[in-house]
Amino acid sequence: MTISKENKGLSRRSVLRGAAAAVGAAAGSGVITGFPTIWAQNIKNVTLRQFGTGVSNLNDVATKVKEDLGFTLEMTALDSDSVTQRAATQPKSFDIADIEYWICKKVWPTGNLQAMDTSKIKYFDQISPIFTTGKLTPESVVAQGTAPSTVGFVDGADGTKFADEVTRWMTLIPTIYNADTLGIRPDLIGRPIESWAELLNPEFKGKASILDISSIGIMDMAMVCEAMGAIQYGDKGNMTREEIDKTIGIFTEAKKAGQFRAFWKSFDESVNLMASGEVVIQSMWSPAITAVKSKGIPCVYQPLKEGYRSWGGGLGLSKNLSGIELDAAYEYINWYLSGWVGGYLMRQGYYSAVPETSKEFMSENEWGYWYEGKPATAEIVSPTGDVLGKAGDVRDGGSYDERMGKVACWNAVMDENQYMVRKWNEFIAA
Amino acid sequence: MSVIPTSASGAKAPDLPLAASARYRLVRKARDGERASWLLSSPLVLVLGIFLVLPILMIVVVSFWGATEFSIYPAFEFDNYQFLFGSAVTYQVFFKTFVFAAITWVFTLAIGFTVAYFLAFHVRSLTWQIALFLLCTIPFWTSNIIRMISWVPFLGRNGIANSALLQMGLIDQPLEWLLFSDFAVVLAFVHLYTLFMVVPIFNTMMRIDKSLVEAARDAGASGLQILTNVIIPLAKPGIMIGSIFVVTLVMGDFITVRFMSGSQSANVGRLISNDIALLQYPSAAATAVVLLAMVLIMIAIMLRFVDIRKEL
Repeated sequence: MTISKENKGLSRRSVLRGAAAAVGAAAGSGVITGFPTIWAQNIKNVTLRQFGTGVSNLNDVATKVKEDLGFTLEMTALDSDSVTQRAATQPKSFDIADIEYWICKKVWPTGNLQAMDTSKIKYFDQISPIFTTGKLTPESVVAQGTAPSTVGFVDGADGTKFADEVTRWMTLIPTIYNADTLGIRPDLIGRPIESWAELLNPEFKGKASILDISSIGIMDMAMVCEAMGAIQYGDKGNMTREEIDKTIGIFTEAKKAGQFRAFWKSFDESVNLMASGEVVIQSMWSPAITAVKSKGIPCVYQPLKEGYRSWGGGLGLSKNLSGIELDAAYEYINWYLSGWVGGYLMRQGYYSAVPETSKEFMSENEWGYWYEGKPATAEIVSPTGDVLGKAGDVRDGGSYDERMGKVACWNAVMDENQYMVRKWNEFIAA
Repeated sequence: MSVIPTSASGAKAPDLPLAASARYRLVRKARDGERASWLLSSPLVLVLGIFLVLPILMIVVVSFWGATEFSIYPAFEFDNYQFLFGSAVTYQVFFKTFVFAAITWVFTLAIGFTVAYFLAFHVRSLTWQIALFLLCTIPFWTSNIIRMISWVPFLGRNGIANSALLQMGLIDQPLEWLLFSDFAVVLAFVHLYTLFMVVPIFNTMMRIDKSLVEAARDAGASGLQILTNVIIPLAKPGIMIGSIFVVTLVMGDFITVRFMSGSQSANVGRLISNDIALLQYPSAAATAVVLLAMVLIMIAIMLRFVDIRKEL
C-alpha cells in the first residue's frame, strides 16, 4: 500500500483518502492494530484495489459496489502475463486478485494470497459443483488440465498445498467461466462440422487459423491431435516433452503445407479474419462470435463431439488484507455471488459461479436462452445494449449442463511450460 | 590538449616577457575556445549519454541476468546467449531478417533513386521540385501502422486487388499469396520506407553542379555514362544514408512482420517481443544485443564504401 504524500493538504477529500489509505496500510502491515478506530468503524472509507484481465474487470461492477456496499473498488485491467507477474511479485500492489485458475496454480506457492474461510461465504453451498467437487453431476469425470476443483482448496488457513477434496479453506471464489470451442462460418463451409480434427482438414487449406497465445494455443492443438487419433495424451493440460514435440510437429507440418491463413493474437484480429472470410474455421472466443454475428455475418460457436476447452477465473485475497478491509472483502465476495454480477455476466454469454442467484436478475427469456438452452421468445440484448439474438434463436451448444458437462480440458500451466514456449516460438518461425 | 605543454614552456621562459605574454594570451584564447566547445557539446553529450548510451548499457547488463517464470535476478551467466546460439530457430530467424532487409533495400533503392533522379534532373523549376517533393511526404502525415493495415482490405481474398483481377479476367481464383505472406511483408516495407531513400538521395543530387553534367555531355558521354560516371558517384553519400535508414528500420521492425504475415513469419524483432510478452527480459535483452551488434557491423561495412563525412 502506498500513501501518496503529495495529496496532503490539497483538499479535505484527498486528506481523507490519504488517511484511509494509511489505515489500510497500518491494518495491512499488521504493525499498528486498532489505532485510528474512528475510521476503522466506517467501511465507506475503505478502498479495495482489484486487478485482473479485462473480461471481468467491469466498471459497471465498481459503480454498483459503491451503490450497494458503499466502499470504493478500484479496478486495473492487465493482460494475463502481467496479471501473473503482479500476483507473484507485487503482493502489496493489490487487495483482490481476479485471476484464472491456472494462474492460481502458479501463484499460490508464493504465499501472496490468503485462503478464504468458506463458513463466511453465504452462498458457498450453492456454488456450482464444477468448482467444488469438479463433477457437474455425480457421474461426471474431472476434466484434464488445471481443473478449478484441483486448485480450489488448501488444507488449512495457511495451507500452501492444494487439497484433493473440499475443505473449509478456498483459494479463489469463482467469478466467470465459459467453455470454448471452434468458430466456423457455416455459409462458407456448407456442411456439418463435428470434430476438432476438422481444423487440419485439407479441405480448409489456407482458410484455417489458430491463436498465437502459446498457453491456450497448445491446448487447442492437443484437442485437434487427439481428435485425429494421432496422439493419446496422459493429460493434455500437463504434457510430457515428447507429447509437446509430437503436437507441435503435426502443426508445423500443416503450417508448411499452407493449412493456415494467419494466426491471431488479439480479439479484434480473430473477428476480422472471420468476418472478412479470410478464415472459415478457427479457434475463437465467445464474445468474438457475437461480434461477427452483430455485423450480420453468420458465425457459429460449433459444439464438437470431443468436448470443450474450458477456462475460469476467480477472486483471490491478498495476504496483506486484514481487519476492516478483510471484512469489506468478504462482504464484496458475498455480494458478488448474490446475483447482480452473475446476471450481468450471464447476459454476456459467460457463466456465474452461483447460477441460481442470477436468475432473479434475468428475465425469463434471458434465463431460458442463456442458461437452459431454450429458443429465445424475444430479442436477446446484452447489458451494454447490443442485440445478440432474435426471437427463435437457440444458444450454440445448448444449456449450461450440456455445455459445461462436456468440458474435456481446462486451461492449464504445464510443468514443461518453458520448453513448450520455446517449441511454440519455433512453430511460429517455421 | 596539445596547448598545455606550450603554456608550460612559456612559463619556463621569463626572459622573453613579451613573447611569453603573447603566447599566454594565445593559449588562453585556445583554452577558452576549448572550454566553450565542451560547454556547447555538453547538452548533446548529456542527452545522448542518458537516453541512448545508458539504456543500451542497461540492456547489455540485463542480458547476462537470469530469469524465473515471474522475475529476473541479477547474475552474470551466459545462459541466455548459450540458448540463443544453440537454437536453430535463431539462425533461421536472423537469416529471414537479413533477407527481408536485402529485398527491401533493393526495391527502395531502385524506386527511391528513380524518384529522386526525376525530381532533381527532370523537373526544371524549383517550385515544382518542392511541390512534388512535398507530395511524396503526404502519406507520412498518417501513422505508420494505419498505412500498413490499410493494405489488409486491399490485398485480402475478397479485397480490391483480387476482385479487380478477377473482373478483368486475368485470374479465375483469388490469389492467396497477396496477403499474409512474405510478399505482403516486403510490399509494406517498401511502401513504408521508400521515402527514407528518396529524401537523402534527392538532397545530394540537388547539390550536384549541373555544369558537370553538361561538361560530360559536351565531352561526348551518353546518358547512361553520365548516370554511372557522374551522378551515381556523386550521389553515393545520399544512397548510403538512405540505405542505413532502410536497413536499420527493417532489421528492427516487428509489427509489420506480425500484421502483414498474419503472424506466420518471424523476424528478430518478433523473437524479442515474444520474449517480453513471456516476461523473459534477460533473454530478450540478449537477442537485442546480438541484433544491435549485427546492425552495427552492417553499418560499419556500408561506411567502408563511402566516407560520408568527406563527401557531405
